[in-house]
Amino acid sequence: MNLIFENIIFLSSEIILILTALILLMLGAFKKKNSAKIVIYFSFIILIFLSFLEILIPWNSVNIFNNSITQNGFTRLVKAMIYFSSSFAIILSARWLIKYDDKAFEYPILILFSVLGMSLMVSANDLITLYLAIELQSLPLYVLASFKRDNAESSEAGVKYFVLGALSSSLFLFGSSLVYGFSGSIEFDGIYNNIQALETNTAIIIGLVFILSGLIFKISAVPFHMWTPDVYQGSATPVTAFFATAPKLTALCMLINILYGPLSGMQESWYQIVFFVSMASIALGTFSAIRQTNIKRLLAYSSIAHMGFALIGLLSFPNFDGVQSLLIYMLIYLATTLGVFSCIISLEISEGESINEINDLSGISKKFPFTAFTMAMFMFSYAGIPPLGGFFAKYFIFRSAIESGLIFLSIFGLLLSVVGAFYYIRIIKLMYFDEPKTIITKSLSKSLSFTNIVCIIFIVFFIFIITIAPITELTKNAAIALGN
Amino acid sequence: MIIELGHYLILSSMLFTIGVVGVFLNRKNVIIILMSLELILLSISINLVAFSAFLNDSVGQIFSLFILTVAAGEAAIGLAILVVYFRNVGNIEVDQINKMSG
Repeated sequence: MNLIFENIIFLSSEIILILTALILLMLGAFKKKNSAKIVIYFSFIILIFLSFLEILIPWNSVNIFNNSITQNGFTRLVKAMIYFSSSFAIILSARWLIKYDDKAFEYPILILFSVLGMSLMVSANDLITLYLAIELQSLPLYVLASFKRDNAESSEAGVKYFVLGALSSSLFLFGSSLVYGFSGSIEFDGIYNNIQALETNTAIIIGLVFILSGLIFKISAVPFHMWTPDVYQGSATPVTAFFATAPKLTALCMLINILYGPLSGMQESWYQIVFFVSMASIALGTFSAIRQTNIKRLLAYSSIAHMGFALIGLLSFPNFDGVQSLLIYMLIYLATTLGVFSCIISLEISEGESINEINDLSGISKKFPFTAFTMAMFMFSYAGIPPLGGFFAKYFIFRSAIESGLIFLSIFGLLLSVVGAFYYIRIIKLMYFDEPKTIITKSLSKSLSFTNIVCIIFIVFFIFIITIAPITELTKNAAIALGN
Repeated sequence: MIIELGHYLILSSMLFTIGVVGVFLNRKNVIIILMSLELILLSISINLVAFSAFLNDSVGQIFSLFILTVAAGEAAIGLAILVVYFRNVGNIEVDQINKMSG
């Protein structure tokens, strides 16, 4: 009995999260009036509180519940990032949601359940927990994709996401069944030790390939990227903002957990796969984004390319510097993406309907100079222009790549990021130098401006923030904690 | 003839392949895709139970119980999304799911 209580303390943030979600569900069910508003702001506050809690409590490494869950510096930092970004994703949707249906309190609750799944995903330490956490994370996402239930495109996005997401979970599961069968253990440490003792590991390599394809689907890298543009385009824009941030970070960190943990003894097998996936994602994401006309499809392809850049961080194994640069890259990617979406959501072509086409942005600098300015900064940051955050993201990634001898991949990535700058800067050109084409109104929402300002401060002053705030130390400690 | 681990693995990988092929080659009905997904999950359960029996380790059977539970939840959500889709579009043919592309 005592043992259970000792274990539960280390799960306090997850327990707070699930209690909040259940209480808010009851509140929404019984209080009809204004329930969406209360649920949104309460879940925002809880998530911000939890993210600070994760950073501030001491970072001990513990394995709890019979080694099924592990907590260490790495998982705690990643969880803090997940909570922080999803809290902003929730308030991004506040105005849209209340306009759409002020009784739709399910929306933030679905996000809360998905966040619970994500935080269990990063701290899972055996295959059963990992599979259940992946499903807990994805099932609410399928529902969120089809949340605009009177809209054909949104429900089509839901169907596509559901079918392909369920297929990818099954691929992952098939791989983990093979790994379990041929290594004889489901615990990560046990798998690692048993693989070292094996003479031939052909079956485990097959399992590894299946596990990797499931996870690569979740981070939407090539060759399993095809769902991303459709789901991004079809879903409501605030939902897309959520899809583009926390789930990507979670899946990447889970990939790190698996490749650096149980399968670290098979580096020569997965190294080639990750190398290819990273290169192909950068190339395909960059070149396909050029011919897009829909802004959400453009952001989808751009996120594919960014995932390719982030995967370079994985390739510096067995050196753990790559993990540090990956975490910094993802931090800046999250801030930039949330900022871009806060701009897009605040520009409306009709009541409650945010802009769709890239051409809708033309000439907005005359009418909305501040939004155009922030959008331009975020685009420069995506493109990696020096004083902004995006430059440092790429700097850290390529530095770790060059230190581990990946000269070819670094040159390839740098060249393609120049190509990528084309479509980011085209948006700036549209906003500043073209004549307005469509009539756009701006929604005056405090939460949107708040998100916008937080993100722009983070991106523009990143060079100062990194000297004041302990970002480098936190990420370094996280990478070290993962190494132990 | 003694049935060994290999036989179970061949059976389960055949079922798995049939499921994956069913998802991609089927052009008629989304319901068939849902059935293929269930088939995939069941083939994985066979895999796990076979491993569990041959390893003398009960974890695999527990794993397959969890998979059955998750499969039920997944089917429920899939059908719910499909109902929403049907209300908006009026049919559930796979060929018609192409409003967005590019």
